[in-house]
Amino acid sequence: MSSEPGRQVVQVTGLVKRYGTKTAVDGLDLDVPAGAVTAVLGPNGAGKTTTIETCEGYRRPDGGTVRVLGLDPVADAADLRPRIGVMLQSGGVYSGARADEMLRHMAKLHAHPLDVDALIERLGLGSCGRTPYRRLSGGQQQRLALATAVVGRPELLFLDEPTAGLDPQARRSTWDLVRELRSDGVSVVLTTHFMDEAEELADDVAVIDAGRVIAQGSPEQLRRGGAENTLRFTGRPGLDLASLLKALPDGSAAAELTSGTYRITGRVDPELLATVTSWCAQHGVMPDGIAVERHTLEDVFLELTGKELRA
Amino acid sequence: MSAGTYTPRPGAAPLSRMIAAQAALETRMLLRNGEQLLLTVIIPTLLLVLFSSVDIVDTGTDEPVDFLTPGVLALAVMSTAFTGQAIATGFERRYGVLKRLGASPLPRWGLMAAKTLSVLVTEVLQVALLTVIALALGWSPGGSPAAVLLLLLLGTVAFSGLGLLMAGTLKAEATLAAANLVFLLLLVGGGVVVPLDRFPDAARSVLELLPVSALSGGLRDVLQHGSGLPWGDVGILAAWAVLGLGAAARFFRWE
Repeated sequence: MSSEPGRQVVQVTGLVKRYGTKTAVDGLDLDVPAGAVTAVLGPNGAGKTTTIETCEGYRRPDGGTVRVLGLDPVADAADLRPRIGVMLQSGGVYSGARADEMLRHMAKLHAHPLDVDALIERLGLGSCGRTPYRRLSGGQQQRLALATAVVGRPELLFLDEPTAGLDPQARRSTWDLVRELRSDGVSVVLTTHFMDEAEELADDVAVIDAGRVIAQGSPEQLRRGGAENTLRFTGRPGLDLASLLKALPDGSAAAELTSGTYRITGRVDPELLATVTSWCAQHGVMPDGIAVERHTLEDVFLELTGKELRA
Repeated sequence: MSAGTYTPRPGAAPLSRMIAAQAALETRMLLRNGEQLLLTVIIPTLLLVLFSSVDIVDTGTDEPVDFLTPGVLALAVMSTAFTGQAIATGFERRYGVLKRLGASPLPRWGLMAAKTLSVLVTEVLQVALLTVIALALGWSPGGSPAAVLLLLLLGTVAFSGLGLLMAGTLKAEATLAAANLVFLLLLVGGGVVVPLDRFPDAARSVLELLPVSALSGGLRDVLQHGSGLPWGDVGILAAWAVLGLGAAARFFRWE
Protein backbone atom coordinates (compact mmCIF):
# COMPACT_ATOMS: atom_id res chain seq x y z
CA MET A 1 0.00 0.00 0.00
CA SER A 2 2.93 2.31 0.62
CA SER A 3 4.60 1.58 -2.67
CA GLU A 4 1.80 2.70 -4.98
CA PRO A 5 3.64 4.57 -7.69
CA GLY A 6 3.05 8.29 -7.85
CA ARG A 7 1.50 8.57 -4.41
CA GLN A 8 2.74 11.43 -2.24
CA VAL A 9 3.09 10.63 1.45
CA VAL A 10 3.95 14.21 2.40
CA GLN A 11 2.64 17.31 0.68
CA VAL A 12 3.82 20.64 2.01
CA THR A 13 2.60 23.78 0.25
CA GLY A 14 3.75 27.29 1.09
CA LEU A 15 4.67 26.38 4.67
CA VAL A 16 5.53 29.38 6.86
CA LYS A 17 6.70 29.04 10.44
CA ARG A 18 7.89 31.90 12.61
CA TYR A 19 9.42 31.94 16.07
CA GLY A 20 8.86 35.45 17.34
CA THR A 21 10.35 37.74 14.72
CA LYS A 22 12.52 35.01 13.20
CA THR A 23 11.10 33.24 10.16
CA ALA A 24 12.36 29.66 10.32
CA VAL A 25 10.43 28.38 7.29
CA ASP A 26 9.52 30.80 4.57
CA GLY A 27 7.07 29.50 1.96
CA LEU A 28 8.41 25.98 1.67
CA ASP A 29 7.03 23.46 -0.84
CA LEU A 30 7.90 19.81 -0.54
CA ASP A 31 6.46 16.63 -2.02
CA VAL A 32 7.64 13.29 -0.73
CA PRO A 33 6.97 10.23 -2.90
CA ALA A 34 5.81 6.95 -1.36
CA GLY A 35 8.16 4.02 -1.00
CA ALA A 36 11.31 6.08 -1.35
CA VAL A 37 14.00 7.60 0.81
CA THR A 38 13.82 11.38 0.69
CA ALA A 39 16.65 13.43 2.17
CA VAL A 40 16.06 16.96 3.37
CA LEU A 41 19.49 18.46 3.06
CA GLY A 42 20.68 21.79 4.32
CA PRO A 43 22.97 23.62 6.71
CA ASN A 44 22.17 24.06 10.39
CA GLY A 45 19.39 26.58 10.86
CA ALA A 46 18.01 26.11 7.34
CA GLY A 47 14.61 25.00 8.67
CA LYS A 48 14.97 21.22 8.31
CA THR A 49 13.89 20.29 11.83
CA THR A 50 11.06 22.83 11.88
CA THR A 51 9.73 21.39 8.62
CA ILE A 52 9.95 17.79 9.84
CA GLU A 53 8.42 18.64 13.21
CA THR A 54 5.53 20.39 11.49
CA CYS A 55 4.91 17.18 9.54
CA GLU A 56 5.04 15.23 12.80
CA GLY A 57 2.35 17.48 14.30
CA TYR A 58 4.57 19.23 16.85
CA ARG A 59 4.29 22.66 15.26
CA ARG A 60 1.24 24.46 13.94
CA PRO A 61 1.96 26.18 10.62
CA ASP A 62 1.73 29.98 10.54
CA GLY A 63 0.90 29.71 6.86
CA GLY A 64 0.48 27.13 4.11
CA THR A 65 -0.77 23.57 4.34
CA VAL A 66 0.82 20.31 5.41
CA ARG A 67 -0.65 16.91 4.59
CA VAL A 68 0.95 13.69 5.80
CA LEU A 69 -0.55 10.44 4.48
CA GLY A 70 -3.40 12.70 3.38
CA LEU A 71 -4.05 13.89 6.95
CA ASP A 72 -3.62 17.18 8.78
CA PRO A 73 -0.85 16.46 11.33
CA VAL A 74 -2.45 18.64 14.04
CA ALA A 75 -6.20 18.14 13.50
CA ASP A 76 -5.91 14.43 12.59
CA ALA A 77 -3.08 13.64 15.03
CA ALA A 78 -4.88 10.71 16.62
CA ASP A 79 -5.26 8.96 13.23
CA LEU A 80 -1.81 9.88 12.00
CA ARG A 81 0.38 9.03 14.99
CA PRO A 82 0.00 5.24 14.88
CA ARG A 83 1.03 5.27 11.20
CA ILE A 84 4.28 7.21 11.48
CA GLY A 85 7.59 6.51 13.20
CA VAL A 86 9.50 9.41 14.69
CA MET A 87 13.16 9.71 15.59
CA LEU A 88 13.92 13.01 17.32
CA GLN A 89 17.28 14.69 16.97
CA SER A 90 18.06 13.86 20.59
CA GLY A 91 16.53 12.51 23.79
CA GLY A 92 13.07 11.06 24.04
CA VAL A 93 13.88 8.29 26.53
CA TYR A 94 13.47 8.14 30.34
CA SER A 95 16.92 8.72 31.78
CA GLY A 96 16.55 5.75 34.11
CA ALA A 97 15.15 3.31 31.53
CA ARG A 98 17.19 0.52 30.03
CA ALA A 99 17.37 0.25 26.24
CA ASP A 100 15.38 -2.97 26.00
CA GLU A 101 12.86 -1.72 28.55
CA MET A 102 12.12 1.44 26.57
CA LEU A 103 11.91 -0.46 23.29
CA ARG A 104 9.56 -3.07 24.76
CA HIS A 105 7.42 -0.27 26.10
CA MET A 106 7.16 1.50 22.74
CA ALA A 107 6.30 -1.86 21.16
CA LYS A 108 3.39 -2.23 23.62
CA LEU A 109 1.87 1.01 22.34
CA HIS A 110 1.41 -0.56 18.89
CA ALA A 111 -0.92 -3.25 17.60
CA HIS A 112 1.55 -5.25 15.49
CA PRO A 113 5.08 -4.35 16.64
CA LEU A 114 8.30 -5.87 15.36
CA ASP A 115 10.01 -8.63 17.30
CA VAL A 116 11.86 -6.61 19.92
CA ASP A 117 14.67 -9.13 20.49
CA ALA A 118 15.41 -9.33 16.77
CA LEU A 119 15.47 -5.54 16.51
CA ILE A 120 17.81 -5.26 19.51
CA GLU A 121 20.11 -7.76 17.82
CA ARG A 122 19.86 -6.00 14.45
CA LEU A 123 20.85 -2.63 15.89
CA GLY A 124 23.55 -4.00 18.17
CA LEU A 125 21.76 -2.83 21.31
CA GLY A 126 22.23 -6.15 23.11
CA SER A 127 25.46 -4.90 24.65
CA CYS A 128 23.59 -2.13 26.51
CA GLY A 129 22.48 -4.70 29.09
CA ARG A 130 21.15 -3.15 32.26
CA THR A 131 22.77 0.26 31.69
CA PRO A 132 20.29 3.14 32.10
CA TYR A 133 19.77 5.41 29.10
CA ARG A 134 21.66 8.37 30.59
CA ARG A 135 24.84 6.28 30.73
CA LEU A 136 24.65 4.86 27.19
CA SER A 137 27.09 6.19 24.59
CA GLY A 138 25.84 8.77 22.11
CA GLY A 139 25.81 6.14 19.39
CA GLN A 140 23.80 3.71 21.49
CA GLN A 141 21.30 6.45 22.31
CA GLN A 142 20.95 7.25 18.60
CA ARG A 143 20.37 3.62 17.67
CA LEU A 144 17.79 3.22 20.45
CA ALA A 145 15.93 6.29 19.18
CA LEU A 146 15.94 4.76 15.70
CA ALA A 147 14.67 1.45 17.07
CA THR A 148 11.76 3.15 18.89
CA ALA A 149 10.81 4.86 15.61
CA VAL A 150 10.78 1.58 13.70
CA VAL A 151 9.28 -0.84 16.22
CA GLY A 152 5.62 0.05 15.53
CA ARG A 153 5.91 -0.96 11.83
CA PRO A 154 5.06 2.50 10.47
CA GLU A 155 4.21 3.35 6.87
CA LEU A 156 6.23 6.52 7.02
CA LEU A 157 9.35 7.21 9.02
CA PHE A 158 10.74 10.64 9.97
CA LEU A 159 14.40 10.54 10.98
CA ASP A 160 15.94 13.79 12.18
CA GLU A 161 19.70 13.53 11.62
CA PRO A 162 19.77 9.77 12.18
CA THR A 163 23.54 9.36 11.94
CA ALA A 164 24.77 12.50 13.70
CA GLY A 165 27.49 11.47 16.12
CA LEU A 166 27.79 7.88 14.86
CA ASP A 167 31.11 6.24 14.02
CA PRO A 168 31.55 5.18 10.36
CA GLN A 169 30.62 1.56 11.04
CA ALA A 170 27.43 2.47 12.88
CA ARG A 171 26.55 4.92 10.09
CA ARG A 172 26.86 2.16 7.50
CA SER A 173 24.70 -0.10 9.62
CA THR A 174 22.03 2.60 9.94
CA TRP A 175 22.12 3.17 6.18
CA ASP A 176 21.66 -0.56 5.60
CA LEU A 177 18.63 -0.58 7.87
CA VAL A 178 17.11 2.39 6.03
CA ARG A 179 17.59 0.54 2.73
CA GLU A 180 15.93 -2.58 4.15
CA LEU A 181 13.01 -0.47 5.36
CA ARG A 182 12.63 1.04 1.90
CA SER A 183 12.73 -2.31 0.14
CA ASP A 184 9.99 -3.53 2.50
CA GLY A 185 7.83 -0.59 1.43
CA VAL A 186 8.39 1.97 4.18
CA SER A 187 8.62 5.60 3.04
CA VAL A 188 11.46 7.44 4.76
CA VAL A 189 12.08 11.16 5.21
CA LEU A 190 15.40 12.03 6.80
CA THR A 191 17.17 15.26 7.47
CA THR A 192 20.91 15.45 7.16
CA HIS A 193 23.74 17.84 6.68
CA PHE A 194 25.96 15.07 5.38
CA MET A 195 26.33 15.16 1.59
CA ASP A 196 27.54 11.58 1.39
CA GLU A 197 24.49 10.41 3.33
CA ALA A 198 22.16 12.07 0.83
CA GLU A 199 24.15 10.75 -2.14
CA GLU A 200 24.38 7.18 -0.80
CA LEU A 201 20.92 6.77 0.58
CA ALA A 202 18.37 9.07 -0.97
CA ASP A 203 16.21 8.49 -4.03
CA ASP A 204 15.15 12.07 -3.79
CA VAL A 205 16.92 15.08 -2.27
CA ALA A 206 15.34 18.39 -1.28
CA VAL A 207 17.95 21.06 -0.71
CA ILE A 208 16.78 23.59 1.89
CA ASP A 209 18.31 26.96 2.58
CA ALA A 210 16.91 29.85 4.60
CA GLY A 211 13.54 28.15 5.01
CA ARG A 212 12.91 27.28 1.36
CA VAL A 213 13.48 24.32 -0.92
CA ILE A 214 15.92 25.61 -3.50
CA ALA A 215 16.32 22.40 -5.48
CA GLN A 216 14.76 18.95 -5.51
CA GLY A 217 15.46 15.82 -7.50
CA SER A 218 17.48 12.63 -7.47
CA PRO A 219 21.14 13.07 -6.54
CA GLU A 220 21.96 12.41 -10.22
CA GLN A 221 19.51 15.05 -11.47
CA LEU A 222 20.85 17.58 -9.02
CA ARG A 223 24.43 16.92 -10.02
CA ARG A 224 23.56 17.24 -13.69
CA GLY A 225 21.10 20.07 -13.50
CA GLY A 226 22.38 22.24 -10.75
CA ALA A 227 26.03 22.68 -11.40
CA GLU A 228 28.14 23.26 -14.45
CA ASN A 229 30.49 20.43 -15.23
CA THR A 230 33.82 20.73 -16.92
CA LEU A 231 35.45 18.99 -19.88
CA ARG A 232 39.18 19.41 -20.41
CA PHE A 233 41.43 18.29 -23.22
CA THR A 234 44.68 19.23 -24.88
CA GLY A 235 45.31 19.62 -28.60
CA ARG A 236 46.90 21.83 -31.22
CA PRO A 237 47.23 25.45 -30.02
CA GLY A 238 44.95 28.11 -31.46
CA LEU A 239 41.83 26.08 -32.28
CA ASP A 240 38.87 28.05 -33.63
CA LEU A 241 36.75 28.08 -30.46
CA ALA A 242 34.05 30.25 -32.03
CA SER A 243 33.38 27.46 -34.51
CA LEU A 244 33.37 24.86 -31.73
CA LEU A 245 30.93 26.92 -29.65
CA LYS A 246 28.49 27.09 -32.56
CA ALA A 247 28.29 23.29 -32.47
CA LEU A 248 27.67 23.22 -28.68
CA PRO A 249 24.36 23.83 -26.89
CA ASP A 250 23.52 27.29 -25.60
CA GLY A 251 25.06 28.09 -22.26
CA SER A 252 28.31 26.33 -22.97
CA ALA A 253 31.62 28.14 -22.74
CA ALA A 254 35.02 27.30 -24.14
CA ALA A 255 38.42 28.71 -23.32
CA GLU A 256 42.07 28.05 -24.16
CA LEU A 257 43.61 28.18 -20.71
CA THR A 258 47.24 27.88 -21.74
CA SER A 259 48.53 27.24 -25.19
CA GLY A 260 46.87 24.00 -26.36
CA THR A 261 44.94 23.38 -23.13
CA TYR A 262 41.18 23.72 -23.50
CA ARG A 263 38.32 23.86 -21.04
CA ILE A 264 34.65 23.56 -21.90
CA THR A 265 32.07 24.27 -19.22
CA GLY A 266 28.35 23.70 -19.36
CA ARG A 267 26.00 20.79 -19.21
CA VAL A 268 28.49 18.03 -19.87
CA ASP A 269 26.58 14.95 -20.93
CA PRO A 270 27.31 12.16 -23.46
CA GLU A 271 25.88 14.25 -26.36
CA LEU A 272 28.20 17.13 -25.58
CA LEU A 273 31.17 14.81 -25.40
CA ALA A 274 30.22 13.31 -28.79
CA THR A 275 29.82 16.79 -30.30
CA VAL A 276 33.27 17.85 -29.12
CA THR A 277 35.02 14.74 -30.40
CA SER A 278 33.27 14.85 -33.79
CA TRP A 279 34.14 18.56 -34.15
CA CYS A 280 37.76 17.62 -33.40
CA ALA A 281 37.59 14.83 -35.99
CA GLN A 282 36.27 17.28 -38.62
CA HIS A 283 39.11 19.68 -37.84
CA GLY A 284 41.84 17.08 -37.78
CA VAL A 285 42.51 17.52 -34.09
CA MET A 286 43.46 14.68 -31.78
CA PRO A 287 42.02 15.63 -28.33
CA ASP A 288 44.44 14.23 -25.77
CA GLY A 289 43.80 13.68 -22.10
CA ILE A 290 40.05 14.19 -22.26
CA ALA A 291 38.77 14.50 -18.71
CA VAL A 292 35.26 15.14 -17.48
CA GLU A 293 34.95 16.59 -14.02
CA ARG A 294 31.65 15.68 -12.52
CA HIS A 295 30.42 17.77 -9.66
CA THR A 296 29.33 16.38 -6.33
CA LEU A 297 26.24 17.41 -4.40
CA GLU A 298 28.63 19.41 -2.27
CA ASP A 299 29.51 21.57 -5.32
CA VAL A 300 25.83 21.81 -6.22
CA PHE A 301 25.05 23.03 -2.77
CA LEU A 302 27.86 25.55 -2.79
CA GLU A 303 26.69 26.86 -6.11
CA LEU A 304 23.03 27.08 -5.07
CA THR A 305 23.54 28.69 -1.71
CA GLY A 306 26.96 30.26 -1.86
CA LYS A 307 27.90 28.56 1.37
CA GLU A 308 29.60 25.52 2.72
CA LEU A 309 27.19 22.90 3.97
CA ARG A 310 28.71 22.45 7.38
CA ALA A 311 29.58 26.08 7.98
CA MET B 1 16.02 -10.21 9.73
CA SER B 2 14.62 -11.33 6.41
CA ALA B 3 12.90 -9.47 3.61
CA GLY B 4 9.44 -8.34 4.57
CA THR B 5 10.32 -7.92 8.24
CA TYR B 6 9.55 -4.23 8.14
CA THR B 7 6.51 -4.37 5.85
CA PRO B 8 4.24 -1.66 7.24
CA ARG B 9 1.55 -2.86 9.57
CA PRO B 10 0.73 0.18 11.64
CA GLY B 11 -1.83 0.43 14.36
CA ALA B 12 -2.31 1.61 17.92
CA ALA B 13 -2.62 -0.88 20.73
CA PRO B 14 -5.97 -0.83 22.58
CA LEU B 15 -6.16 2.27 24.73
CA SER B 16 -6.46 0.37 28.01
CA ARG B 17 -3.30 -1.61 27.18
CA MET B 18 -1.38 1.55 26.32
CA ILE B 19 -2.38 3.29 29.55
CA ALA B 20 -1.62 0.20 31.65
CA ALA B 21 1.81 -0.18 30.02
CA GLN B 22 2.56 3.51 30.48
CA ALA B 23 1.47 3.46 34.14
CA ALA B 24 3.59 0.37 34.79
CA LEU B 25 6.65 1.99 33.20
CA GLU B 26 6.17 5.25 35.12
CA THR B 27 5.80 3.36 38.40
CA ARG B 28 8.95 1.33 37.70
CA MET B 29 10.89 4.51 36.91
CA LEU B 30 9.69 6.06 40.18
CA LEU B 31 10.49 3.05 42.35
CA ARG B 32 13.94 2.76 40.76
CA ASN B 33 14.83 6.35 41.57
CA GLY B 34 16.66 6.62 44.88
CA GLU B 35 15.92 10.30 45.55
CA GLN B 36 12.22 9.69 44.89
CA LEU B 37 12.16 6.80 47.35
CA LEU B 38 13.81 8.99 49.95
CA LEU B 39 10.99 11.50 49.57
CA THR B 40 8.07 9.13 49.26
CA VAL B 41 8.99 6.32 51.64
CA ILE B 42 11.97 6.98 53.85
CA ILE B 43 11.22 10.51 55.09
CA PRO B 44 7.53 9.86 55.97
CA THR B 45 8.46 6.57 57.68
CA LEU B 46 11.29 8.14 59.66
CA LEU B 47 9.12 11.06 60.75
CA LEU B 48 6.37 8.73 61.89
CA VAL B 49 8.70 6.43 63.86
CA LEU B 50 10.89 9.18 65.28
CA PHE B 51 8.24 11.64 66.38
CA SER B 52 5.99 8.90 67.79
CA SER B 53 8.73 7.43 69.94
CA VAL B 54 10.62 10.54 71.00
CA ASP B 55 8.83 13.54 72.45
CA ILE B 56 10.39 16.21 70.23
CA VAL B 57 7.30 18.23 69.44
CA ASP B 58 4.44 18.68 71.86
CA THR B 59 1.54 17.32 69.83
CA GLY B 60 -1.00 18.08 72.54
CA THR B 61 -2.13 14.45 72.82
CA ASP B 62 -1.29 11.49 75.01
CA GLU B 63 -0.76 9.31 71.97
CA PRO B 64 1.53 11.22 69.55
CA VAL B 65 0.98 8.53 66.90
CA ASP B 66 -2.73 9.43 66.71
CA PHE B 67 -1.76 13.00 65.92
CA LEU B 68 1.17 12.14 63.66
CA THR B 69 -0.26 9.45 61.40
CA PRO B 70 -2.82 11.65 59.60
CA GLY B 71 -0.12 14.30 59.06
CA VAL B 72 2.36 11.77 57.73
CA LEU B 73 -0.29 10.32 55.40
CA ALA B 74 -0.87 13.84 54.06
CA LEU B 75 2.89 14.24 53.65
CA ALA B 76 3.06 10.94 51.77
CA VAL B 77 0.38 12.12 49.33
CA MET B 78 2.21 15.41 48.84
CA SER B 79 5.58 13.69 48.32
CA THR B 80 4.22 11.51 45.51
CA ALA B 81 1.56 13.61 43.81
CA PHE B 82 3.39 16.92 44.09
CA THR B 83 7.14 16.67 44.72
CA GLY B 84 7.88 13.37 43.01
CA GLN B 85 5.58 13.96 40.07
CA ALA B 86 6.83 17.52 39.52
CA ILE B 87 10.49 16.49 39.48
CA ALA B 88 9.99 13.41 37.32
CA THR B 89 7.74 15.18 34.82
CA GLY B 90 10.07 18.20 34.72
CA PHE B 91 12.98 16.02 33.66
CA GLU B 92 10.84 14.03 31.22
CA ARG B 93 9.97 17.32 29.60
CA ARG B 94 13.58 18.46 29.60
CA TYR B 95 14.84 15.20 28.02
CA GLY B 96 12.17 15.09 25.32
CA VAL B 97 10.33 12.09 26.76
CA LEU B 98 7.00 13.94 26.76
CA LYS B 99 7.73 15.15 23.23
CA ARG B 100 8.59 11.66 21.98
CA LEU B 101 5.52 10.10 23.58
CA GLY B 102 3.51 12.89 21.96
CA ALA B 103 4.28 11.30 18.58
CA SER B 104 3.35 7.81 19.77
CA PRO B 105 -0.16 6.34 19.54
CA LEU B 106 -0.70 7.13 23.25
CA PRO B 107 -2.87 10.28 23.42
CA ARG B 108 -1.77 13.04 25.76
CA TRP B 109 -4.72 12.55 28.06
CA GLY B 110 -3.77 8.87 28.13
CA LEU B 111 -0.29 9.82 29.28
CA MET B 112 -1.79 11.99 32.01
CA ALA B 113 -4.15 9.18 33.03
CA ALA B 114 -1.17 6.82 33.24
CA LYS B 115 0.73 9.31 35.40
CA THR B 116 -2.26 9.58 37.72
CA LEU B 117 -2.55 5.79 37.92
CA SER B 118 1.13 5.54 38.72
CA VAL B 119 0.75 8.15 41.48
CA LEU B 120 -2.24 6.24 42.92
CA VAL B 121 -0.40 2.91 42.86
CA THR B 122 2.53 4.50 44.69
CA GLU B 123 0.19 6.07 47.23
CA VAL B 124 -1.51 2.75 47.91
CA LEU B 125 1.91 1.25 48.68
CA GLN B 126 2.80 4.24 50.89
CA VAL B 127 -0.48 4.21 52.81
CA ALA B 128 -0.26 0.44 53.34
CA LEU B 129 3.32 0.70 54.66
CA LEU B 130 2.61 3.71 56.89
CA THR B 131 -0.61 2.16 58.24
CA VAL B 132 1.20 -1.02 59.24
CA ILE B 133 3.96 0.96 60.98
CA ALA B 134 1.47 3.27 62.71
CA LEU B 135 -0.63 0.34 63.95
CA ALA B 136 2.54 -1.26 65.29
CA LEU B 137 3.22 2.00 67.15
CA GLY B 138 -0.21 1.84 68.77
CA TRP B 139 -2.29 3.93 66.36
CA SER B 140 -6.05 3.66 66.88
CA PRO B 141 -7.79 5.27 63.92
CA GLY B 142 -11.44 6.28 63.98
CA GLY B 143 -13.93 7.84 61.57
CA SER B 144 -15.27 6.75 58.20
CA PRO B 145 -12.89 5.11 55.71
CA ALA B 146 -14.92 6.66 52.86
CA ALA B 147 -14.22 10.17 54.19
CA VAL B 148 -10.51 9.31 54.46
CA LEU B 149 -10.49 7.99 50.91
CA LEU B 150 -12.23 11.10 49.57
CA LEU B 151 -9.74 13.39 51.33
CA LEU B 152 -6.77 11.41 50.03
CA LEU B 153 -8.12 11.47 46.47
CA LEU B 154 -8.94 15.17 46.58
CA GLY B 155 -5.48 15.88 48.00
CA THR B 156 -3.94 13.84 45.20
CA VAL B 157 -5.81 15.83 42.56
CA ALA B 158 -4.85 19.17 44.14
CA PHE B 159 -1.16 18.25 44.50
CA SER B 160 -1.00 16.70 41.01
CA GLY B 161 -2.32 19.90 39.46
CA LEU B 162 0.26 21.99 41.30
CA GLY B 163 3.08 19.56 40.54
CA LEU B 164 2.26 19.43 36.83
CA LEU B 165 1.93 23.21 36.73
CA MET B 166 5.47 23.52 38.09
CA ALA B 167 6.87 20.77 35.83
CA GLY B 168 5.24 22.18 32.73
CA THR B 169 6.33 25.78 33.16
CA LEU B 170 9.70 25.89 34.96
CA LYS B 171 13.08 24.54 33.90
CA ALA B 172 13.78 21.05 35.17
CA GLU B 173 16.51 22.25 37.58
CA ALA B 174 14.25 25.00 38.93
CA THR B 175 11.47 22.46 39.41
CA LEU B 176 13.87 20.16 41.27
CA ALA B 177 14.92 22.94 43.63
CA ALA B 178 11.48 24.49 44.09
CA ALA B 179 9.64 21.19 44.58
CA ASN B 180 12.06 20.13 47.30
CA LEU B 181 11.91 23.52 48.98
CA VAL B 182 8.11 23.54 48.95
CA PHE B 183 8.13 20.01 50.37
CA LEU B 184 10.34 21.12 53.25
CA LEU B 185 8.39 24.31 53.97
CA LEU B 186 5.04 22.54 53.92
CA LEU B 187 6.44 19.75 56.08
CA VAL B 188 7.19 22.33 58.78
CA GLY B 189 4.36 24.81 58.23
CA GLY B 190 1.56 22.56 57.01
CA GLY B 191 0.46 20.92 60.23
CA VAL B 192 2.19 17.68 59.34
CA VAL B 193 4.28 17.17 62.47
CA VAL B 194 3.93 20.57 64.15
CA PRO B 195 0.36 21.43 65.22
CA LEU B 196 -0.77 24.67 63.58
CA ASP B 197 -1.86 26.09 66.95
CA ARG B 198 1.84 26.44 67.81
CA PHE B 199 1.99 29.29 65.25
CA PRO B 200 0.82 32.89 65.93
CA ASP B 201 -2.84 33.45 65.02
CA ALA B 202 -2.09 35.60 61.95
CA ALA B 203 0.30 33.04 60.49
CA ARG B 204 -2.02 30.22 61.39
CA SER B 205 -5.01 31.61 59.51
CA VAL B 206 -2.87 31.77 56.35
CA LEU B 207 -1.21 28.39 56.88
CA GLU B 208 -4.60 26.73 57.29
CA LEU B 209 -5.36 27.55 53.65
CA LEU B 210 -2.41 25.49 52.36
CA PRO B 211 -3.39 22.24 50.66
CA VAL B 212 -1.24 20.11 52.94
CA SER B 213 -2.77 21.80 56.04
CA ALA B 214 -6.25 21.12 54.71
CA LEU B 215 -5.37 17.50 53.99
CA SER B 216 -3.59 16.81 57.29
CA GLY B 217 -6.22 18.77 59.25
CA GLY B 218 -9.08 17.01 57.51
CA LEU B 219 -7.53 13.56 57.97
CA ARG B 220 -6.93 14.37 61.64
CA ASP B 221 -10.56 15.42 62.14
CA VAL B 222 -11.71 12.09 60.77
CA LEU B 223 -9.02 9.65 61.94
CA GLN B 224 -8.16 11.19 65.31
CA HIS B 225 -11.43 12.78 66.35
CA GLY B 226 -13.87 10.56 64.47
CA SER B 227 -15.75 13.49 62.89
CA GLY B 228 -17.74 13.27 59.67
CA LEU B 229 -16.54 14.78 56.42
CA PRO B 230 -14.72 18.06 57.23
CA TRP B 231 -16.35 20.30 54.64
CA GLY B 232 -14.04 23.27 55.21
CA ASP B 233 -10.95 21.25 54.37
CA VAL B 234 -12.73 19.55 51.48
CA GLY B 235 -13.57 23.03 50.11
CA ILE B 236 -9.95 24.22 50.40
CA LEU B 237 -8.63 21.10 48.65
CA ALA B 238 -11.26 21.38 45.92
CA ALA B 239 -10.31 25.01 45.34
CA TRP B 240 -6.61 24.08 45.02
CA ALA B 241 -7.53 21.22 42.69
CA VAL B 242 -9.50 23.50 40.36
CA LEU B 243 -6.84 26.20 40.50
CA GLY B 244 -3.88 23.84 40.01
CA LEU B 245 -5.36 21.70 37.25
CA GLY B 246 -6.82 24.73 35.49
CA ALA B 247 -3.51 26.54 35.48
CA ALA B 248 -1.63 23.39 34.46
CA ALA B 249 -4.02 22.79 31.57
CA ARG B 250 -3.58 26.39 30.48
CA PHE B 251 0.19 26.85 30.90
CA PHE B 252 1.71 23.37 30.59
CA ARG B 253 4.40 23.22 27.88
CA TRP B 254 5.22 19.80 26.49
CA GLU B 255 8.70 20.82 25.28
